[in-house]
Amino acid sequence: MIIAKKKPIEEIIGEVENYDRLLILGCNECVTVCEAGGKKEVEILASALRMNFMAKGKEKVIDEKTLERQCDHEYLEEIRANIDKYDAIVSLACGVGVQFAAEKYQTMPLIPGVNTVCLGANEDRGLWTERCQACGSCILARTGGICPVSRCAKRVMNGPCGGSTKGKCEISKDVDCAWQLIVDRLKALNKMDDYEIVAPIKDWSTDRAGGPRKVTREDVKI
Amino acid sequence: MSELYTQSRLEKVLKAGHLGVTSECGPPRGSDAEEVKKKGLLIKDYVDAVNVTDNQTAMTRMSSLAACIHLKLLGIEPVLQMVTRDRNRVALQSDILGAASFDIPNMLCLSGDHQSFGDCKSGQNVHDLDSMQLVQTVRYMRDEGKFLGGDAIKRPPRIFVGAAANPFADPFEIRVPRLAKKIACGAEFIQTQCIYNIDKFKEWMRQAVERGLHEKAFIMAGMTPMKSVGMAKYMKNRVPGMDVPDEIIARLAGVPKDKQAEEGINICVEHILELKEVKGVAGFHIMAIEWEEKVPEIIKRAGLYPRPQV
Repeated sequence: MIIAKKKPIEEIIGEVENYDRLLILGCNECVTVCEAGGKKEVEILASALRMNFMAKGKEKVIDEKTLERQCDHEYLEEIRANIDKYDAIVSLACGVGVQFAAEKYQTMPLIPGVNTVCLGANEDRGLWTERCQACGSCILARTGGICPVSRCAKRVMNGPCGGSTKGKCEISKDVDCAWQLIVDRLKALNKMDDYEIVAPIKDWSTDRAGGPRKVTREDVKI
Repeated sequence: MSELYTQSRLEKVLKAGHLGVTSECGPPRGSDAEEVKKKGLLIKDYVDAVNVTDNQTAMTRMSSLAACIHLKLLGIEPVLQMVTRDRNRVALQSDILGAASFDIPNMLCLSGDHQSFGDCKSGQNVHDLDSMQLVQTVRYMRDEGKFLGGDAIKRPPRIFVGAAANPFADPFEIRVPRLAKKIACGAEFIQTQCIYNIDKFKEWMRQAVERGLHEKAFIMAGMTPMKSVGMAKYMKNRVPGMDVPDEIIARLAGVPKDKQAEEGINICVEHILELKEVKGVAGFHIMAIEWEEKVPEIIKRAGLYPRPQV
């Protein structure tokens, strides 16, 4: 899923200070699961903003709404009827949702309430970690199911680099060395011979480098 | 391994069966070339070639290629170090041609320290290729005379291609397979990480020799003299992939502070003398970090001077 992190409240206050009528818009998908932008976080942010503006003697409308998804036309339509009641929307969706809402409501200022961090998994209670960078050309079959693109700080295709120490990355003792994990997996799979196959120079044109990406499926088009 | 592919003196020395000797110069953090020239001239007659580091530890410095040119113009043979951190395949190939246009005959392909160690922590890294793929790229440009895109190169680069190896990083069991991979990619010489743990290095070398890797590439042992017990502790605890045994620290701590540098040189010379006898060691890469003036003494005391004329 997409992992996001709440923006500092001060940053959000700075962005919304000049608007009097705000809609705090949550999303019931990934950001709910990673506890950054679901119904609960919408309530918390709305209360914090109300208290802040109240303390400053400012009267503001701060409404709350959480959509099933913000990356979907159908659900974004749910706010169309009331959209004129607001001067700005603070969206707690990921960057995709914020942009989809902005595209849909051309004259409505959209303020992100979270920082979109990565594609990751809920590794433990309160811990979300990156697993994929959507490079557009998956090589996991050749790397023991562990991704060197997203999990190696140098995205080394033929690793590990010389900085791997006791299973950890040179950038931090808190970061696993992806290539240690790959080697461990290859061992467990009894496929260590595969380690010596040289990974070819990667085609990054399917990655960010190739420009904005899209998937077109004629067979599912209406 | 006797046919010569380049004008590299290092290649000639190694292929003639001599122990090769290289050292390194870090380019300055400014545009005054005198600093790098001075360092180069200090060691000129004691080494076969001089590595010029490429923004080492991710600190921004004068470009490696420019510093190499300054050395080349003084008659010092450079080894252009190139990291994959800062340049994509367009820039890498372009700089390879730039180096070749000055007949810089050696190159060392590296991934480079992560930028978080340096002065541009918030910068992007590139890593379009990795170090092995960079080795493949230079060899392809040289041997096939082509760009990665397939077009022919007019006057292809004649470059002797090297790679680094760290016998001490983890996991240890893939350290020799990884060396084999680099050699399979086309590395012709290898310069190792600084060696302090002699026993572990010997075990790594034994495994490399067992696979015949010493017959496919020239493996040069990396040596860095310790200036003080403080430096030894720093290297042990703070530098990723470095293995400094406690005996080294104890030995440096066992002499008065003003004698520690001398003791560091003694250790380095003893290690070289010991490793000269190890099968598969084809030479030494002496990295006296900001201590270039000590390189001649180390090389003389280690019996590596005068350098062979080839």
